[in-house]
Amino acid sequence: MRFALAILIGFQLVGEVLRQILHLPLPGPLVGMFLLVTALVVRGDGHKAPTEIGSPLVRTANGLIAQMGLLFVPAGVGVIAELAVLRQQWLPILAGLLVSTVLGLAATGLVMHHVSRFVETRRRTLPAAAHHREAR
Amino acid sequence: MEAALLTVWTPLATTPLLWLAATIVAYAFGQIIQRACRNSPLAHPVLIAIAAVAVLLESTGTPYATYFAGAQFINFLLGPATVALAVPLAANLRHVRRSFHGVGLALLAGSLTSTVSGVAVVWLLGGDRATAFSMAPKGVTTPIALALAQEAGGLPALTAALAIAGGIVAAVVGGTVLRWLRVDDWRAHGFAAGVAGSGVAAAQVAPLNGLAAAFAALGIGLNGLLTAVIVPLLGLLWVAR
Repeated sequence: MRFALAILIGFQLVGEVLRQILHLPLPGPLVGMFLLVTALVVRGDGHKAPTEIGSPLVRTANGLIAQMGLLFVPAGVGVIAELAVLRQQWLPILAGLLVSTVLGLAATGLVMHHVSRFVETRRRTLPAAAHHREAR
Repeated sequence: MEAALLTVWTPLATTPLLWLAATIVAYAFGQIIQRACRNSPLAHPVLIAIAAVAVLLESTGTPYATYFAGAQFINFLLGPATVALAVPLAANLRHVRRSFHGVGLALLAGSLTSTVSGVAVVWLLGGDRATAFSMAPKGVTTPIALALAQEAGGLPALTAALAIAGGIVAAVVGGTVLRWLRVDDWRAHGFAAGVAGSGVAAAQVAPLNGLAAAFAALGIGLNGLLTAVIVPLLGLLWVAR
């Protein structure tokens, strides 16, 4: 368990160091997450899930993710320092929140639905295309 | 009575322990309320906890810096928790292989629409740059959104509130909007929830269908990566204007 937490913090540290060295505009923990995904995928054989359910890393990760809500509270309380911004710009904030969330949701759902349907019908009518895909 | 309260309060108010405990109690309180509301996404424990702590700070006249001195220990765990998101992402990455085109194009469409429309609406209605870049990453899971807002010159606290509020909007209207658009595919419902509403909306759709849960987890992770590229680019555009 402690070792698993060390892996997470270690990857975060490596991400932070890479960010500094390469002047990446990305946050350190995100670089660390990308590195850990790569490591997990490379270690897996590519067919079954690269992460076993019972492993300490999976248990620690799931435990942290399950309690993630608690971790946002300190940063979120900082909104009391931004109350002036909220009061002044409530209309752009509220409109931006509603419009961009609904548009993003609709765009993702529509594209996913229609593209996968298109690909699946083509795969059924054109076996050669399916073959080509399997080969890759 | 009041004097007795003060003698307890005065030394406690300056130790980190008090605000550490207050944060955890406020969150537990939020979870109890959500359970009492039959897990409605409207009663989100994080929003309840933020409001409760904010009211407590205002009523006791405690500055945010004093509060954060205690709560920073919780805040620190956000880093490892963000790295931990790699585990569900890696576990669900195999779904990409089977719906490669759908996932790739939908991710691109959803991520661009969400970030660009957020910045555009704020700008059109007269909001300033800091507000626009607090809005831009709000579709992403909160720890990543926080870090991206900080990087691009937004207000991280505002982003944290917006990310959760956006997740609530997506959780409440998501199913209805998608059905209205005649999207009847669980993979699309799950992926859209993950991309547009991150963890909050994913929690709403995940119990409905296993495939939806997997695609929601995939949407959260992949959108985090793509938005991390889009938001800094948008930031450069606004400076260049």
